[in-house]
Amino acid sequence: MRRRAFITALGASLLTVRGMRLAAAPAQENRLLVVFLRGGYDCASLLVPWASPFYYESRPGIAIARPDPADPRAALPLESGWGLHPALQASILPLWQQGQVAFIPFAGTHDLSRSHFETQDSMESGQPLDGPRDYGSGFLNRLAAVLGGSDGVAFTDQLPLAMRGAVAIPNVSLKQFGKAPFDDRQMAVIAGMYRGQPLEAQVLEGFQLRREVAEAYGQEMLEAGRQAISSQGFELEARRVGRMLRDRFNLAFLDVGGWDTHVNQGGAQGALAGNLDSLGKGLAGCAQELGPAWRHTVVVVISEFGRTFRENGTRGTDHGHGSVHWVLGGAIQGRRLAGEQVPVERKALFQDRDYPVLNEYRAVLAGLFRRMYGLSPQQLETVFPRAGALDLGLL
Amino acid sequence: MTDPTAAGPGRGLPVRGRQAQGGARHGRARRSALRVALGVLAGLGGLQGRAAAPTLSVPALRWLDRITYGVDSWTVARYQTLGPGRFLDEQLRGAVPEDPGLAAVLQALPLVRTPPEQLLQAADAEGKRIQALDTEEARQQARQAQNQEANQLVAEAARRHLLRALASPDQLREQMVWFWLNHFSVFQGKGNLRWLVADYEEQAIRPHALGRFRDLLLATMTHPAMLVFLDNAQSAAGRINENYARELLELHTMGVDGGYSQQDIQELARVLTGLGVRAAPDSPGLKPEWRPLYVHRGAFEFNPARHDFGDKTVLGQRIPGTGFAEVEQVADLLAAQPATARFVSTRLATYWLGQAPSAPLVAAMARVFQRTGGDLPRVLRVVFASREFTASLGRNFRDPMHYVMAALRLAYDGQRPLNMKPVLNWLNQMGEPLYGRVTPDGYPLAPQAWSSSGQLVKRFEIARALGSGNAGLFEAGDGQPATSTGFPRLASRMFYTTLEPTLSPATRQGLDSAGSQAEWNTYLLASPDFMLH
Repeated sequence: MRRRAFITALGASLLTVRGMRLAAAPAQENRLLVVFLRGGYDCASLLVPWASPFYYESRPGIAIARPDPADPRAALPLESGWGLHPALQASILPLWQQGQVAFIPFAGTHDLSRSHFETQDSMESGQPLDGPRDYGSGFLNRLAAVLGGSDGVAFTDQLPLAMRGAVAIPNVSLKQFGKAPFDDRQMAVIAGMYRGQPLEAQVLEGFQLRREVAEAYGQEMLEAGRQAISSQGFELEARRVGRMLRDRFNLAFLDVGGWDTHVNQGGAQGALAGNLDSLGKGLAGCAQELGPAWRHTVVVVISEFGRTFRENGTRGTDHGHGSVHWVLGGAIQGRRLAGEQVPVERKALFQDRDYPVLNEYRAVLAGLFRRMYGLSPQQLETVFPRAGALDLGLL
Repeated sequence: MTDPTAAGPGRGLPVRGRQAQGGARHGRARRSALRVALGVLAGLGGLQGRAAAPTLSVPALRWLDRITYGVDSWTVARYQTLGPGRFLDEQLRGAVPEDPGLAAVLQALPLVRTPPEQLLQAADAEGKRIQALDTEEARQQARQAQNQEANQLVAEAARRHLLRALASPDQLREQMVWFWLNHFSVFQGKGNLRWLVADYEEQAIRPHALGRFRDLLLATMTHPAMLVFLDNAQSAAGRINENYARELLELHTMGVDGGYSQQDIQELARVLTGLGVRAAPDSPGLKPEWRPLYVHRGAFEFNPARHDFGDKTVLGQRIPGTGFAEVEQVADLLAAQPATARFVSTRLATYWLGQAPSAPLVAAMARVFQRTGGDLPRVLRVVFASREFTASLGRNFRDPMHYVMAALRLAYDGQRPLNMKPVLNWLNQMGEPLYGRVTPDGYPLAPQAWSSSGQLVKRFEIARALGSGNAGLFEAGDGQPATSTGFPRLASRMFYTTLEPTLSPATRQGLDSAGSQAEWNTYLLASPDFMLH
């Protein structure tokens, strides 16, 4: 494998440093991408409970209208009283129709702090809420550990908690792209200064990844010469992620901010609609870039919590509880809402305020990972201690 | 404008002979030979014409390197004059002699000195004018110009912050300004904050950075920047937005495990109603009985018409509905909580130790915090006097701000670069831009957040940009020729008397294999040794 050869050339000791990843396990064909929407996105605007009069009562200023083929601002009907935000018509709706998207309403964590930071950390750690937590260990890192030969990466500027832990996982943001600034000799000198130091693995991984990004950049420039790149912003980033997943990695993390809509979040149009639009285009673009590998790919979209079911005093929503998680992939059992549900009415609200959590994310992901990777109960216990596995038949 | 290459008055160094340590002499000879061989002498100020820095012991150097943003000749000389005790006193008391050269440069920054209410008024007026323009094209053009002006203001505020961090002798205060700006973090990209961040830093944060916590807290609670950032300006009786109340408890005072409830958040949110922004010089139309309760300072207002005058109970204490006095009352209440003393002490210690502090250290700090009513210099003294602090020296991984500042202070010892845009860019690339944290939690204080593979490679690239030339730091940007070649003087006497003795053999070996001065500079700044302080 090219990645391995280069790293070995830089520092012979890496083999021992990284142990797990360079073990001769067969390359994992299944690819997993976890997309974290930071800020707690308003799931009741994504998945619109249009059959619920209570929804329209609770959101006089920001509700999405009932499905109506004549109204481009209306929700797009999905199934039994649920509709999709109209901003996703061109991107996510086609995937839904092909059975490549499932939504899990009433999903999330039982963490009740309603704090972004606390809840993001606790979700990314994936550890039980009762008992001491190790904030140096994230669930994707533990998954990488039990999978052995996986190639993990975080497409973020800083290494997220989900990817921290015993396995050395590199990170690089694909928002900006460029050539590598060092030649092999210079990289070897710098790596040499770190030999035997605690950061050696990160340095070697970093150089390796930087080379790969530079290669991908060269390729993109080449392609750009032939056909103008029209995509930008998150879509461009997500397309790059798709290509990296297609060619080089099989376990990845990406995050998207801007979902904390306390004020003027808008309805069919506005700030939130714009965010959903670019998210949808990005995910569809990522799927497209994966090509045939999309059949072997699962994308999970999660967020730390949902928002208050009722609109607040400033045409926005505040921190809530239950959310809607997404599962996408070329081979998933989609075009459906999975997991336990309750009718959307006032008495269903948690603390008369938020969606309840009926599908705990750790159990849901454990069930999904078991299907994806055939993990043993013991391995699942390592990834999500004491979570159990909830099998929603998504694969 | 003052000549930026001149060392400020009071910066002359006592010349103590030219003796270097044994190991350094060899290195210096090598380096000189290399320079001649490579013909890059022109750019090297290294040893010529600069006063010698006296030698300090390695522990003293490491201490000084951490108390400041990185050692430079001035701090070394000052340390030599005062000794560690008086050096620290001077820094903590804010009694450091000013650098008039720097003061003159700061004085000359035009935008940041405009009061925010004037900026907001002008922005409002301009917004109205734009709306009345005839064509969409004209509107777009005018909006773009206004945007540029706002960005320029933020850039100027950042420049002021970075110039001070880089060149001010008041090094401890500069770090505490950064720390509190981060603790009470606001994001310039939200709403009209770009007009407000400069004033927020200067008026709410800086005066209290080494003062009392309660004053600092109240200053942030009554500054438009915070009230806009956490949506309080839009919260009103009957239309409550609890965002600010929550973060005030969780991030600014008691910490997430501080023992408050959802009920406390809701009650606090009611207390905070009415705190907001009014740029116009007059007061809003109010009922006569509310007029005496109205408070208006600059762009800040407390508007009784928006305030919830019902009684509240916060953290078990009854707060009768009286108006603005409630806000002062909760500032007192929150600052006096034992949880606040612990939480703020933990944050401070983490910043200075580069790791989570021990429970006894936090307890000792929290005791002083409570006993002195949050007297910040006295709380900080507990950290600096601790064995944990001494043990941490030379082992802390630098956060991006410290990394860049230490590199610049070494490379341009005593010089002031004119152009801070490259520095801002580097901070941006490393994920720690000023006023740039989108979420209110501020940048992480624990160093693990900054040592990922992506971060390290980014630092190597910055090391290269900085080490290979001037990176544009001395370009005035107004068409004037650069005032200095700006080639970094990393292989200076400063380096040989301060950092060189502390380098590891592997790093020396790396430096020895450099093929040019630029490469040598790059390797030094990329070395594991330079990542630590």
